[in-house]
Amino acid sequence: MTQKLQLQVNGREVSAEVGETTLLSTFLREQLRLTGTHIGCDTAQCGACTVHLNGRAIKSCNVLALQVAGGQVTTIEGITPAEDGALHPMQEAFRSCHGLQCGYCTPGMVMSALDLVAHHPHATEAEIRAGLEGNFCRCTGYQNIVKAVAQGAKAMGM
Amino acid sequence: MGAPGLIGRSIERKEDYRFLTGQGQYTDDVSLPNQSYAVFVRSPHAHARLRAVKTSDAARSPGVLGIITGKDMAAVGGLPCGWLITSLDGTPMKEPKHPVLAEDKVRYAGEAIALVVADSLQQAREAAALVEVDYDVLPAVADTATATQAGTAVHEQAADNVCFTWGCGDKSATDAAFARAAHVTTMEYVNNRLIPNAIEPRAANAVHHRADDSYTLYVANQNPHVERLLMTAFVLGLPEHKVRVVAPDVGGGFGSKIFLYAEETALVWASKRIDRPIKWTAERSESFLADAHGRDHVTRAELALDKDGKFLGLRVHTTANLGAYLSTFGSCVPTILYGTLLAGQYATPAIYCEVKGVFSNTAPVDAYRGAGRPEATYLVERMVEMAARELRIDPAELRRRNFIRSFPYTTPVGLTYDTGDYEATLARALQLADVDGFAARRAASARKGLLRGIGYSCYLEACGLAPSNVAGALGARAGLFEAGEVRVHPTGKVTVFTGSHSHGQGHETTFSQVVAEKLGIGFDDVDIVHGDTAKVLFGMGTYGSRSLAVGGTAIVKAVDKIIAKGKKIAAHLLEASDADIEFSGGEFRVAGTDRKKTFAEIALTAYVPHNFPLDKLEPGLNENAFYDPTNFTYPAGTHICEVEVDPSTGQVRVDRFTACDDFGNVVNPMIVEGQVQGGVAQGLGQALLEACRYDAEGQLLSGSYMDYAMPRADDLPNVKVETLAGTPCTHNPLGVKGCGEAGAIGSPPAVMNAITDALAPLGVRDVPMPASPYAVWTAIRAAARH
Repeated sequence: MTQKLQLQVNGREVSAEVGETTLLSTFLREQLRLTGTHIGCDTAQCGACTVHLNGRAIKSCNVLALQVAGGQVTTIEGITPAEDGALHPMQEAFRSCHGLQCGYCTPGMVMSALDLVAHHPHATEAEIRAGLEGNFCRCTGYQNIVKAVAQGAKAMGM
Repeated sequence: MGAPGLIGRSIERKEDYRFLTGQGQYTDDVSLPNQSYAVFVRSPHAHARLRAVKTSDAARSPGVLGIITGKDMAAVGGLPCGWLITSLDGTPMKEPKHPVLAEDKVRYAGEAIALVVADSLQQAREAAALVEVDYDVLPAVADTATATQAGTAVHEQAADNVCFTWGCGDKSATDAAFARAAHVTTMEYVNNRLIPNAIEPRAANAVHHRADDSYTLYVANQNPHVERLLMTAFVLGLPEHKVRVVAPDVGGGFGSKIFLYAEETALVWASKRIDRPIKWTAERSESFLADAHGRDHVTRAELALDKDGKFLGLRVHTTANLGAYLSTFGSCVPTILYGTLLAGQYATPAIYCEVKGVFSNTAPVDAYRGAGRPEATYLVERMVEMAARELRIDPAELRRRNFIRSFPYTTPVGLTYDTGDYEATLARALQLADVDGFAARRAASARKGLLRGIGYSCYLEACGLAPSNVAGALGARAGLFEAGEVRVHPTGKVTVFTGSHSHGQGHETTFSQVVAEKLGIGFDDVDIVHGDTAKVLFGMGTYGSRSLAVGGTAIVKAVDKIIAKGKKIAAHLLEASDADIEFSGGEFRVAGTDRKKTFAEIALTAYVPHNFPLDKLEPGLNENAFYDPTNFTYPAGTHICEVEVDPSTGQVRVDRFTACDDFGNVVNPMIVEGQVQGGVAQGLGQALLEACRYDAEGQLLSGSYMDYAMPRADDLPNVKVETLAGTPCTHNPLGVKGCGEAGAIGSPPAVMNAITDALAPLGVRDVPMPASPYAVWTAIRAAARH
């Protein structure tokens, strides 16, 4: 069974027929073809699917698409508007700190980082590490990600 | 316009923009017109006879396009093993068929039984639940140490579950060394089984093109040409040139995406029958069950020393769990990549190693970051540390007494190290780790009721796989060269095609640095193409820290050919002899004059050959090269770990970790540092957190992220990494050795040496990996009882 879903995704109004059991992550990837949101597990542990819902980071694999009706969803694609293509300061920090390798966890990591610094603008290293606890990275050992989050926060004027 | 000094600079990565903006294209991101979706029916039992696989109800389920079972695919070959190991008695390893889909039996929990294809993923899932399998459940064997006496055989061909009993080194010389030893250190331990867990799950999307009876397979894979060769020539019997394999952006591999797996093979086979593109992406639960696992050794090792602490001999008996079937490199990891590494950094004159490879009702075991070399390093470095403790010799001093100091050096287990300086990495690591300040830190910890320990690991690895003739003599069924192609376009821009595959290593950046510097052109004037058999001429792929040393060298050789041809073109234009043309900084110049042509001018001339020596030279500027290394490369270094242990809870905290490495020359220090940090993180995971566990019935107990403890950001320390200028590799033109696996190889023994150092005052001799609070607490309690 499907139902009509209306919401905002990356600042645009979206209206779609969505299955009642369709996860937000599936909706974003399969129906909107926003494939920057990744799926890394089936138990809401890895954080690769992290997006923002009404300004807070959520794991989009753990929410039904219909649950976010009327909400504002931002995915990684919404962080870098296609118009000018310039990286957000947080993305820039990930690049300059070498905070990514294979790139698979990266969109979720950036979305979590943005939420983290928005709510903890002066987070210490330990707080950043604790704040990223919901996101797995298997490549980097997190060290450069932690560095990037601190540098990104600074660049954002936090 | 030239770009001198690109090699050796920490240049930001080319690939990062697309990854950071969500524009990466991983296999599951590829959706084809008329896409269909697959789900695999998997065995819930570790060992069972299949009485019947009934698909009729499932076939009537909405949206179902087809269901394939082992019976349908019985005529195709089994998944091949790429390495033939010969037992000590001269017999070949037992090589039972590894069916794509289970035929008469299932042999591990998670083994694929049927492939269900439907219009949507949800429909495929619902139909898969309707496939009825009638199992005759059999007793299972899961435990490595007791597999030979389990009384149940995984395969009829191996009643005692032994696949091979392999040996290397000189047994009688080693026994003689022990006979005259002043001291023998003995240790029995388990090298814990791990699950690689790249964050991108395995995925595949296969399509058959009726127009020319060809196929395209998108697959998360580290070596698309090898995947294609194995699948077409050994399993499906398809013409190799009719199958295109694309490994697009791949979200981490760590070895687990080297292998030819059942899933993508079944997809390719089914795509023609079902006549739709078929996509499958593993759920994480499937990855836990059915990705190849790593490690899983049970070892007894003895080290013989003379009265001065000189190593006389090392004797090793290992049982290695191979899982239910031989995976692509399953047989070579615990043998060739393990036994040959047991000299480490030391001049141990006699070594003997015997490895029993055993089948079990568990997922296949194969290469995982380091592949055999972490197991060897763990053995050597734990033994050395233990001997130092027993002999009351400073562990750094004991290592120094035994270091190999002149090169080339041929070990008693068959390798010839070309170069190295183990004293340099040890000395610098001791400084970086402030070992002098350790006593004060230990006292400070003690005041808090905590036990502080320090542990060293002086690792060595053999990388740059591999000289094909050597590998062939050791049982490899493939060559291990690499291929590269350099295509200069008429405007002087360059596209490089490499058989290496990047899944996090940053080849698009590193290889561009090399090519741009060699050709004296801009970094952004070079693009690197990889991962597509339709574009890249050939390739053996990326694993074993081989990409720069072998793949990079193939590219350099192709660049050299470009320059050589460019000189001929320049000589013609400048009316000089070929021998008088020099090339540097992107300019071809007549030696000793100011007459010159730029690289771009030569490129244009090659494609607009109006004034061109057409009688002697073909137009165009495109060269390829194959490079087969003459030796392995031998990265080495010292890791030092310092831990604090809370004796009341067994909690271990890594307070500092230092890695000082010699990778030969370095192209991009930032990327190298990242590789070391990431490798150390996986090593710390093995040492402290990660344990793949099966119960006695072969059920996977650690089958989700809630049960398998992967390191999270707050589990890990910062790692201090320093890469020395080092000793450049002597046998490849870049002088590089490889850095991808070093962190995972060197770090586990450093951690465990630190923990056992901390606990030594309590009488604890050993702690098993992973050193969970419970394991440490148990070891403390056991020591207190003695």
